[in-house]
Amino acid sequence: MATAKWPAIDKRTLIGKRIDRADGPVKAAGVARYSFDINRPGMLWAKLVVSPHARAELVSIDVSEAASMPGVKATWKDDSLLGKEVQYIGQIVAAVAAETEEIAQEAAGKVKAQYKPLAHQANDRDPTLSKDKPATRNTGNVDEAFAKADVKVEGEYGIPVITHCCLESHGQVAELRNDELHVWPSTQAVSSYADVSISDASGVPRNKIRVDCQYMGGGFGSKFNPGKWGVISSALAKQAGRPVKLMLDRDLELMIAGNRPSAFAKIKVGAMKDGTLTAMETEVWGTAGMGGGVPQQIPYVIDRIPNVRLTAKRIQTNRGPAAAWRAPNHPQSCFLTMSALADTAAALKMDELEFFLKAVQLSARAEVYSEELRIAADLIGYKQKAHLRGDPSGGSVKRGLGMSVHTWGGRGHPSECDVTINPDGSVEAKLGSQDLGTGNRTVIAIVVAETLGLPLEAVRIEIGRNAYPTSGGSGGSTTVGGVSTSSRFAATDALNALFAVVAPKMGVQPDALEANGGYIRQIDKPDNRISWRNACALLGVNSITKRGVNVPGESEKQGFISQGVGGVQMADVSVDIETGVATINEMVAVQDCGMIIDLKTAESQVYGSLIMGVAYALYEEAIYDLKTGRMLNADMEFYRLSGLKDVGKLKVHMMTSKAYDDRGIIGLGEPPVISPGAAIANAVANAVGVRVPHLPLTPDRVIAALQKGGII
Amino acid sequence: MKSFEYAIPSSLEEASSLLAQSWGETEILAGGTDLVTSLKQQVTAPKRVVSLRNISSLKGITVQRQSVRIGAMTTLADLTANSAVKEHFPALVKAVQGIGSQQIISAGTVGGDLCQRPRCWYYRNGFGLFGKQGDTSLVLEGDNRYHAIFGNEGPAYFVSASSLGPALIALGATLKISGTKGKTREVAAREFFRTPKSESERETVLRPNEILFEITIPIRGLKNATYEVRHRQGLDWPYVTATVSFALKGGTASNASVVLGHVAPVPWPSAAASKALNGARIDASLAAKCGQAATEGAKPLSGNAYKLQLVKTAVKRAVLDAAAAA
Repeated sequence: MATAKWPAIDKRTLIGKRIDRADGPVKAAGVARYSFDINRPGMLWAKLVVSPHARAELVSIDVSEAASMPGVKATWKDDSLLGKEVQYIGQIVAAVAAETEEIAQEAAGKVKAQYKPLAHQANDRDPTLSKDKPATRNTGNVDEAFAKADVKVEGEYGIPVITHCCLESHGQVAELRNDELHVWPSTQAVSSYADVSISDASGVPRNKIRVDCQYMGGGFGSKFNPGKWGVISSALAKQAGRPVKLMLDRDLELMIAGNRPSAFAKIKVGAMKDGTLTAMETEVWGTAGMGGGVPQQIPYVIDRIPNVRLTAKRIQTNRGPAAAWRAPNHPQSCFLTMSALADTAAALKMDELEFFLKAVQLSARAEVYSEELRIAADLIGYKQKAHLRGDPSGGSVKRGLGMSVHTWGGRGHPSECDVTINPDGSVEAKLGSQDLGTGNRTVIAIVVAETLGLPLEAVRIEIGRNAYPTSGGSGGSTTVGGVSTSSRFAATDALNALFAVVAPKMGVQPDALEANGGYIRQIDKPDNRISWRNACALLGVNSITKRGVNVPGESEKQGFISQGVGGVQMADVSVDIETGVATINEMVAVQDCGMIIDLKTAESQVYGSLIMGVAYALYEEAIYDLKTGRMLNADMEFYRLSGLKDVGKLKVHMMTSKAYDDRGIIGLGEPPVISPGAAIANAVANAVGVRVPHLPLTPDRVIAALQKGGII
Repeated sequence: MKSFEYAIPSSLEEASSLLAQSWGETEILAGGTDLVTSLKQQVTAPKRVVSLRNISSLKGITVQRQSVRIGAMTTLADLTANSAVKEHFPALVKAVQGIGSQQIISAGTVGGDLCQRPRCWYYRNGFGLFGKQGDTSLVLEGDNRYHAIFGNEGPAYFVSASSLGPALIALGATLKISGTKGKTREVAAREFFRTPKSESERETVLRPNEILFEITIPIRGLKNATYEVRHRQGLDWPYVTATVSFALKGGTASNASVVLGHVAPVPWPSAAASKALNGARIDASLAAKCGQAATEGAKPLSGNAYKLQLVKTAVKRAVLDAAAAA
């Protein structure tokens, strides 16, 4: 009888190997159809009407002229906002649907919305603008610790608002057909997407909403719910009686579809001469738009510093709202903490690696970080390249190394999966999960194929529809733990059901059987075997379908999944001190994530994180004009992402030894994107000899820091 | 994007006749890399778009003994593939490469590069060419990190976006312009650009119904080079560029021209830097002196003083690159 327990390392045929992603070819060939690519017969295009004011009272909305334009088939306006405030530029007040995108755009321009402008506030750099009672935290005796410290190191650091900048923007195609609402959204949460908002907008009960998302172009935490765009397209589709496509244009994507809150901080660190950290005091502030909070996990990872004081101040701004951005709050807390710690090492004239090896003793997983720091140091050639702060060599190009450590939870989410074994030998797994481009299909296929002793190609994976068994949204690095476990359980149960049919024909008890290499065979007498196909033929006309259910707490207790990972990253950078241009030579990422299902897609997750991390370290920033409250760079011209030539050489090392493997599966989506900002900023400081306090590390900021430090 | 009439004439004369006498009523479509964005952003909403694609005489490069003639519709890719251009005008090739996007280099044209509109983010966000709200200059009061440090007396504070302009000026190019009824005129590249004083003007001396159709660059055996300070290696705007050209005899420079890009509403010839070069022996310290001279007269706005450092560096490195070139 098959047991669900993960197979021993030496018994695995697919799990943990480097396996190409299942949907690589269709994506590379451009055949994969994303939500944006869905075109339905008779489909209309919708365009939004948004507030041009950062703050105003909405007095009236008149869609009559737009509605009477030839080609316009439906209009929508948000009457609930009348007499109330719009709170940021880009806030949606109305929409139109028309025969073509161009007509819709022109019609949107004819909607007349009247506003009474009000004073707005868009500045997130000044802590005195916070109107809330500050959040505070106090451990130990900070004042006494500073009084006794050998050194007190003070610094001010900042990381701006950045956006998700999903390459596929937010939105959906909506169609009412036979009393059902069919939607093709770009979403991270297929099973929970059909919520009350689109049900109300379309008048279709939730159990008659059909969600389909086969491929989606990035969400990073911002695509769990239908959003206002989902509501509007559903309402327009109902009104017009025709399918409607509403996807955000790039400018609105950057302005209103979510962003990562900023965090600025004054940090003071107390330490002894030998690098022992004794105290940390932080005042942190930032904005998440009108709502949200400010990152407060400071000190980050090195959180057993005995004396800690923190004051956190949220600044409300009339800007687009924040949304979960890959590892919410961690990149900011990490950048602020690790910058302050590297500055402390520099003040102590201590080797940074030695300093961090000591610092991580004040973390929850000292051994893991120590081991990872040593591996990363070897991979980047630390011994050969390291120098104290300030590259002593001549010339205008300075080189430096920097490092950072991070953590994340990543326990698998609730997930249900049906695995079906058919009489013709075909196998399918169905679950209401989604592949964000991370390799989810591939992972599920690996688990099911491994469980059934079949090659990958023998297994068909059906995801992306809410008609399938409920599976969690892909957020918080929870997917791989959730879907691997539910599909393992389902496949194991289905296999045992097959064993029960096959065993009598083989003259054995079901518990004497195993599936291996395309056969069902007797465990202690492998020659007694029957091919998979012939075994399945014994089912006659009846398929076997079994449902696997992952209950996270239970699965964690039983060792299928776990949570809590540690990672270390190091950066090797060059900075031209005559131009302020910082470039990446190499990034090294060392990461644990428990048991790995597909080493290749796991490594790809880390590569992707490093690329995303280089972008926010060197280039990305939502730039707002304070006077108008407008985002000035809501485009991909001045909202810069890294290109291939910018990312340098990337090295990824996954921790795969038995001790890590034994922990079970842990998610990997978030952790590797946490450290790049800190590691790169520390490397730049190490190269040029002074701290460039604010990300992104653009030439203007680097030059300002060099001039302030008297370097140039 | 608003609906417009689309015309594809097959002669320059016909094209001119399709153009209106005031700006904004009609627009010329060359490669489209700027115009299509401008239409989408609704910073322009013409009634008619006149494409030059069917005027075959506008395409191609003619190499003569003493000059190279470039049709305005020649793509940037074709320009940089030309062996005479590569041999004589490395500064121009470098300026094109700096665009960083194969798509733009393949679709964009030489004429289009020279006539493209500013990238000022206030302009592109609908605050007009000068980025104003009422009487207030949003540029002066707001974020001007990418704006002008020279020629910024106002109301224009944007920087010329042309990649080729500085190089063509430094190389002494001449531009040919066609008007109505087959009339043509010539202007020196350095006279082509101008700083608009009102919203109804544009950034060149072209009249609304004129078409830039040919660029002639003399072959004068000048050393020349362009240096760009850029952050991203792929598609991106430079922060500052410098093109230098000079004759070099026995290590001494003469006939020098230094032109800066992305520092002023027009490509910005630096008389002081040119002067520092003429008659001097080229070495590292002269190059640095030349870089320093290029900053003379700069008046940074609230957020772009860092560009002074970039000007110094770009000029210094362009001088050394030009001198080192074969």
